[in-house]
Amino acid sequence: MREIVTDVAIVGAGSAGLSAAYQAASAGADVLVIDENARPGGQLFKQIHKFFGSKEHQAGTRGFAIGEQLLAKVEQSGAKVWLDSLVYGLLPDKSMGVISQGLNYSVKAKKIIIASGAKENYMAFPGSTLPGVMGAGAAQTMINVNRVLPGERILMVGSGNVGLIVSYQLMQAGAEVVGIVEGAPKIGGYGVHAGKIRRAGVPIYVGHTVDCVFGEEEVEGARIVAVDEKWNKIPGTEKTFDVDTVCLAVGLNPMTELVWMAGCKFDFIPSFGGHVPLHDENMETTVKGVYVAGDVTGVEEASSAMEEGNMAGVAAAEALGYLSAEEADKRKQQIMERLNTLRSGMFGAGRRTSKEKQIQDMHTYLESHKRTDPQEEVLGV
Amino acid sequence: MEDIIICRCQEVTRQDILDAIADGATTVDGVKRRTRAGMGLCQGKTCERLVARMIAEQTGRPLSEIVPPKSRIPVRPVKIGIIGGEQDE
Repeated sequence: MREIVTDVAIVGAGSAGLSAAYQAASAGADVLVIDENARPGGQLFKQIHKFFGSKEHQAGTRGFAIGEQLLAKVEQSGAKVWLDSLVYGLLPDKSMGVISQGLNYSVKAKKIIIASGAKENYMAFPGSTLPGVMGAGAAQTMINVNRVLPGERILMVGSGNVGLIVSYQLMQAGAEVVGIVEGAPKIGGYGVHAGKIRRAGVPIYVGHTVDCVFGEEEVEGARIVAVDEKWNKIPGTEKTFDVDTVCLAVGLNPMTELVWMAGCKFDFIPSFGGHVPLHDENMETTVKGVYVAGDVTGVEEASSAMEEGNMAGVAAAEALGYLSAEEADKRKQQIMERLNTLRSGMFGAGRRTSKEKQIQDMHTYLESHKRTDPQEEVLGV
Repeated sequence: MEDIIICRCQEVTRQDILDAIADGATTVDGVKRRTRAGMGLCQGKTCERLVARMIAEQTGRPLSEIVPPKSRIPVRPVKIGIIGGEQDE
């Protein structure tokens, strides 16, 4: 096993991880970013739509272009990025097991930033394992990154922003979207996205769920059914669609395995995707030197993930002595202001409330517990 | 009607999970040990949440108490030869 020593090791080269890498490396820290994918950018490079928000969050710029800008900044900062590389575990001394280019490494970092993102939720119904049933995010990767159309006639399940945006992009890629199914009584995502879909003639069936998907070897059709407010199916309301693909856009949940393995304490916040790590304003968890950023801390969106990454990167650089307290405070205050802007308005205010609860729960925890600190003796820092 | 598959890697059905809960499983790990749900290639990334929700529904406990299964090395599929070396002992 080869040993690598670095100031900061970052798991995940998505919105949060790259932002953290840029901040820490440009402050002078040695930074290694590790990502299991062949390309950096996480979900950014499949976002071909324009982002919302304020000018400083590059509203009006398409997601992949934001990814390219961020990547260029990271390359200039001197941070190393290992792609096609797996972090397979954290040992009790917080050294990381990493496999890269067929070799096994032990990465010993003074600070670890886990920015591992989120994964898609699934649904189980008759036929849900037939080829042709897939996550909407998977379909989006296929069309926008791999340029492969997953099917010709598609039923989308879920009318949040992912369901709406991916439906529209599937149509742009040449598929027919026969309908969007939404269990709740109203559309989940932004009106601007729903309007585009409706103007294109795609029906949105609110108050409906998937009854079953059928086919011999793969998806040949799907049946939906209306549900009452207690999600009971209403007999006689079934509709059948001739489709070859069913996409599930029913939410995401944080990929927390490494955070649990590090021994971090968790909170439970349903709107963030369930169990999420406790962290303070600096994004540091209950384990000293282990930070989290982005969707792994609670599912939000790319701009908030970048700002949380910025915060973790600045805080880690400060803790290592690369930034003065004064300089770090100035940057952290600016980042927090931008985060508060992102977490405001009709869709954002709820996220701010959830995030404030998470940070408050962290402080409550720290009143009666000390941060665990296995790092100091091992690394001698 | 054919039963719904919850863990597709190990082909564990909804009835298998319900039987495990009836047998006394109160955690995702408990269901995993009884049925192998979550022990396949994806390591529960698809079924873990479905299993957690079924435990909550069947036992009446809140989802907040039903934590993910114990996280162990390796968290991703890896070749044993890379970790252990190529020599058989």
